[in-house]
Amino acid sequence: MSFKGKDIISINELSKAEIIHILEVAKSLESRPKPNLLNGKVLAALFFEPSTRTRLSFESAMSKLGGKVVGFADPSVSSVKKGETLSDTIKIVERYADVIVMRHPLEGSARVASDVSDVPVINAGDGANQHPTQTLLDLYTIKKIQGHISNLNIAMVGDLKYGRTTHSLAMALSHFNCRLFFISPEQLRMPSYILEELDKKNVEYSEHTQIEEVIKNADILYSTRIQKERFPDLAEYEKVRNVYIITKDMLKSVKSNLKILHPLPRVNEISTDVDSTKYAYYFEQAANGIPIRQALLSLVLGKLK
Amino acid sequence: MKQLKVSAIREGTVIDHIPSDVTFKVVEILKLNSVKEIISVAANLDSKKIGKKGIIKIGGKFLGEEEVNKIALVAPAATLSIIKDFKVVEKNKLTIPKTIEGFVKCFNPNCITNHEEIKTKFHVANQKPLKIRCHYCERAMASNDIVLK
Repeated sequence: MSFKGKDIISINELSKAEIIHILEVAKSLESRPKPNLLNGKVLAALFFEPSTRTRLSFESAMSKLGGKVVGFADPSVSSVKKGETLSDTIKIVERYADVIVMRHPLEGSARVASDVSDVPVINAGDGANQHPTQTLLDLYTIKKIQGHISNLNIAMVGDLKYGRTTHSLAMALSHFNCRLFFISPEQLRMPSYILEELDKKNVEYSEHTQIEEVIKNADILYSTRIQKERFPDLAEYEKVRNVYIITKDMLKSVKSNLKILHPLPRVNEISTDVDSTKYAYYFEQAANGIPIRQALLSLVLGKLK
Repeated sequence: MKQLKVSAIREGTVIDHIPSDVTFKVVEILKLNSVKEIISVAANLDSKKIGKKGIIKIGGKFLGEEEVNKIALVAPAATLSIIKDFKVVEKNKLTIPKTIEGFVKCFNPNCITNHEEIKTKFHVANQKPLKIRCHYCERAMASNDIVLK
């Protein structure tokens, strides 16, 4: 299995064996840090859309391995503002860096970048499409807290229509024989193309409108923000923005191993009184982004196998 | 019953077994309004295979690969015959190529191909019923979502 030079664009392109390998490399880097592994390597962090957490997480991962970071966090300072195409931007940046990490609001942008780039491209989110490193850190988190990924009851709640993290997580979990529960308002249901893929892979799932219907069965409750920026119609956003709020009261008869995850930032989907319970794990989840991104950078740069 | 006589063509192409409702879509794809030779278009003909069918005869025209691929997308069950000296010299069923490049628009408004000058590309995920997946944004489109460029 070789990752050297590989683009990480879509979770759908990673096999079960590749996913497990990335998680193992992350675990090894977390327990035995390698501060000089990427000495002399340069990461270009191209953030055409703001995402402070993901950007800082990549920058931190690169720095902890001895590499350097160049890039921008605001497209208004790049030549894109002058009308440059994404392909041209990438063709220039690949001459300055050994690996490119890109966040872009348009779906398919990461694929465009990987098609024109000779250095590996890691997708840090392309619109509502993919965010594979988030999914890998979610899987890493689940494995860490439950001891394994297989045969778990995993509930996803919130914006399942536009929320790419749940799309990718559902697809990734299809390798692991988990039972999935999708909780959303009618207008934000999991898209049919995802459900069709799950059907093809014989994944057991059900759709719900109330958290209470499934919370007692869940090993993982994956909450997502209803993202205003993804709604074409703001009136639709107003109708659903506060539909799901997880409170401490709702956790009275849940399984003792339940953990609540959230890709963050949260607005009000999880009440702050949940933070102090043993079920809250979202802040630790965010920290798991570092070893996962360290693993990916080391693997695609060929420094680890 | 009085039969409508459609003249045979000396040289050209006959597209048969077109689903009736897309007959004029095929006319549009082939830009037949600019062809100067004989063109016969018939629709709503009885067909044992597909119920109602359309048939198009085009004198003096042989189709290019892109034209054939476009027709295959809207009328995958159609047959294509090459006529030379009033005889069928070649008869082919249409096949949808594994990759469709350049002539289908992605239906996802947020796909980068609808914002930058990028040649669209789709992979055929399923032949029957037809489902194609955008190479870039990964969205799957069914035949009724397909808009030709």
